[in-house]
Amino acid sequence: METLEQIKSRIEAAVADVKLEIIPNDSPSAQRSLLVDREHGLAVAKFLRDDAALHLDYCSNATGVDWPAAELTEKFKVKKVVDGVEKEVEEVKKTLRPAYLEAVYHLYSMEKKHGPVIIRLRTENRADKNHLPSLTPVWRSCDLQEREIFDLFGIVFDGHPDLRRILMWDGFKDFPMRKDYVAPDDYEYEPTPHDEVLARAKAHQATEVKS
Amino acid sequence: MSAIAEMPPKKFELLPKESGDGELLEVAMGPHHPSTHGVFRMDVALDGEHVVKLKPVFGYLHRNHEKIAEGTTYLSSMPYTDRLDYFCSLTNNWAYALAVEKLAGLQVPERAEFIRAVTAELTRLQNHACLIGFLTQDMGASGTPLMYAFREREKILDLFESLTGARMMCNYMRFGGCRCDLPDGWLAQAQKVVDETPKFIDEFERLLAENEILMARTQGVGKLSGELAINAGVTGPILRAAGVNYDLRKVDKYGIYERFEFKVPLGDHGDTYDRYMIRVLEMRESVKILQQALKSIPDGPIIDPKAKLRGFRPKVGEAYGRIEAPKGELGFYLISDGGPNPYRYRVRPPSFINLTVLEDMCVGQMIADVVIILGSVDIVLGEVDR
Amino acid sequence: MDEGLKSELQKQGVFTTTLEEVYNWGRKNSVWPLQFGLACCAIEMIATSMARYDLARFGAEVFRPSPRQADLMIVAGTVTKKMAPQVVRLYNQMPEPKYVIAMGACAISGGPFKQGYNVLKGIDRYIPVDVHIPGCPPRPEALLHAFMTLQQKISDQELTGVNRPRHLNAELPSEFPVPAFGEHDLEPPNNPAVWQAPALTRA
Ligand code: SF4
Repeated sequence: METLEQIKSRIEAAVADVKLEIIPNDSPSAQRSLLVDREHGLAVAKFLRDDAALHLDYCSNATGVDWPAAELTEKFKVKKVVDGVEKEVEEVKKTLRPAYLEAVYHLYSMEKKHGPVIIRLRTENRADKNHLPSLTPVWRSCDLQEREIFDLFGIVFDGHPDLRRILMWDGFKDFPMRKDYVAPDDYEYEPTPHDEVLARAKAHQATEVKS
Repeated sequence: MSAIAEMPPKKFELLPKESGDGELLEVAMGPHHPSTHGVFRMDVALDGEHVVKLKPVFGYLHRNHEKIAEGTTYLSSMPYTDRLDYFCSLTNNWAYALAVEKLAGLQVPERAEFIRAVTAELTRLQNHACLIGFLTQDMGASGTPLMYAFREREKILDLFESLTGARMMCNYMRFGGCRCDLPDGWLAQAQKVVDETPKFIDEFERLLAENEILMARTQGVGKLSGELAINAGVTGPILRAAGVNYDLRKVDKYGIYERFEFKVPLGDHGDTYDRYMIRVLEMRESVKILQQALKSIPDGPIIDPKAKLRGFRPKVGEAYGRIEAPKGELGFYLISDGGPNPYRYRVRPPSFINLTVLEDMCVGQMIADVVIILGSVDIVLGEVDR
Repeated sequence: MDEGLKSELQKQGVFTTTLEEVYNWGRKNSVWPLQFGLACCAIEMIATSMARYDLARFGAEVFRPSPRQADLMIVAGTVTKKMAPQVVRLYNQMPEPKYVIAMGACAISGGPFKQGYNVLKGIDRYIPVDVHIPGCPPRPEALLHAFMTLQQKISDQELTGVNRPRHLNAELPSEFPVPAFGEHDLEPPNNPAVWQAPALTRA
């Protein structure tokens, strides 16, 4: 299969004004992915499926990831001249990561038996601008998976034929897979409560018996 | 809360009131229904006895596996994977271990690879046997084939129990290898079970193959075309019954599968009968793999010496690992942020995604066939809803 | 009747019994369970009814698909919040006398999944449970043991007096309120008539 750089330049040639970015992956798996902008998500997906050389006819996995706003710290060493002597000083660079939700798709080709090509789409933020194009018109296998992402993460997929809650019940209000979700206080009895558990348990247990 | 919370989900109606389909009957099958293999529900619209519309309803066994796994260490998710597809705990273990090994770059020693392949194929044998038992049960063969299948399953579970200590929830594999070595005499015992299996399959086949009721109720029922199956992400025996040659054991060559000689059986009608037959043929191929593997298990360590059980923190990054589980492609997608817990932990459940095409297979069929079609998809709710 | 007298009479060839004994003997040997599997534990329940463990020896192999014909509900597996109303409704539809076995850690307390947001922490929050079986999953032998415990419980029941069982006491309820789906959780989160948070004990 072609490298991700080649695929990227071919998409750029085929889809006008598309913005792509390669997301690096330094772990031993080295599965890098392609960040696609929202507006051209559907066009890129169509290209990847219909292109003769790639022919990614099978979308194996579609999932959401929640990225709340966070401060990222990066440590790196710089050479500095302190009191006339050159020294290596460690500096910390802080960057603010904006909050967004992400949908990740793992694409394979059943005919050509290659893959994966991983594409990601990001929403603008986690609150009101949480729309992404649905890829269900391109791959039916996204149907149930996108419904699941909608249910658990709250990404709204425009163009999905039947976007409803799938795992939780219809009247449910929260998005449980988000990192800031707080589960209902379901008190569970613990025989030997201590510290944190004890503090939580006190709200439910009126009587305390010494044995 | 944020603006999104205000967005009400559309009220869903199977038969919209204004459509004027007063003749149609709406039936909810499940979540408590003897044929749904667990707590699965289908809302079916019927015209007489024929299905015109079918919507699956999920979530009755949504146990929050992914959320729990994101709050705990990598290793402590291993026992939870057993409970995904509770017929096949060892293949679930393998898929998860494979994903973590990709993420952390661990090498599995040869002996462990052999043990993994042996246990996975034994799992496939008992899963397919039970599936056929349940499928025939749905057709009205009340109990007998299922009893045969469970008799066989007990033999394999005995092997698992002596190897791992548990019948169903094995929790056996570790990142970079396996938890413990084979006990004395296990190989001989396994060889005996494997040698007897072809006899069992023959017996099973004599019981079922060319049975008039089985043929009448399965042939031509619930057809699925190859193109639709590919586009809908269907994997496993159902895909191969539709004639698409895609078996991850051949495509990805994970583990040591390239050393074994086996065929990938394919169907050509994509109906329920083909899906049944593919399972029988796959059982025979599994026996072949087992015969080859059991003869050539090498000595050596069973776990990568670099693997750390405690203080395991893979580098920042992500990995997607997948294997051919008995029900289809089982994948795990992990994102690490360098901490002891995975940042994102996702299971790609085969039987959930295989249900995408349930409506396509059922529309136009009789209501009684819905039960059989669902049975031939081979779902396990622990995996569908997670 | 006095046990000594009874065995004395038996030696003479006179067999006596009481109505209570015959009634309970009949009931305990034909407990028909509801065919009702929720999760992994259900597979062990099926294995119990198969040839190797043979539940039929206890008169309980007739799994009924309809709650109207069942005496015993084996809650075999994780009860999720989405499923809990249906479980309670099924229980309500069973005719008295009815019994419940909570099989496995999940049915008892949520088990391994108890931190889950959609998992009910024990079915005993909504319906009364007669026998609990720990284990994840409990072995088939454990389910058989639970059956024997239940049979013992049935044969020990007195038909008259203040301790008479629920189905002979019109004052005790045989149906329990079905929880409703709320916006964040089930409403109510438990049935206070059946379950209260236990008292905190510290050594
Ligand atoms: S107790 Fe264990 S085996 Fe039983 S349903 Fe729960 S997780 Fe599954």
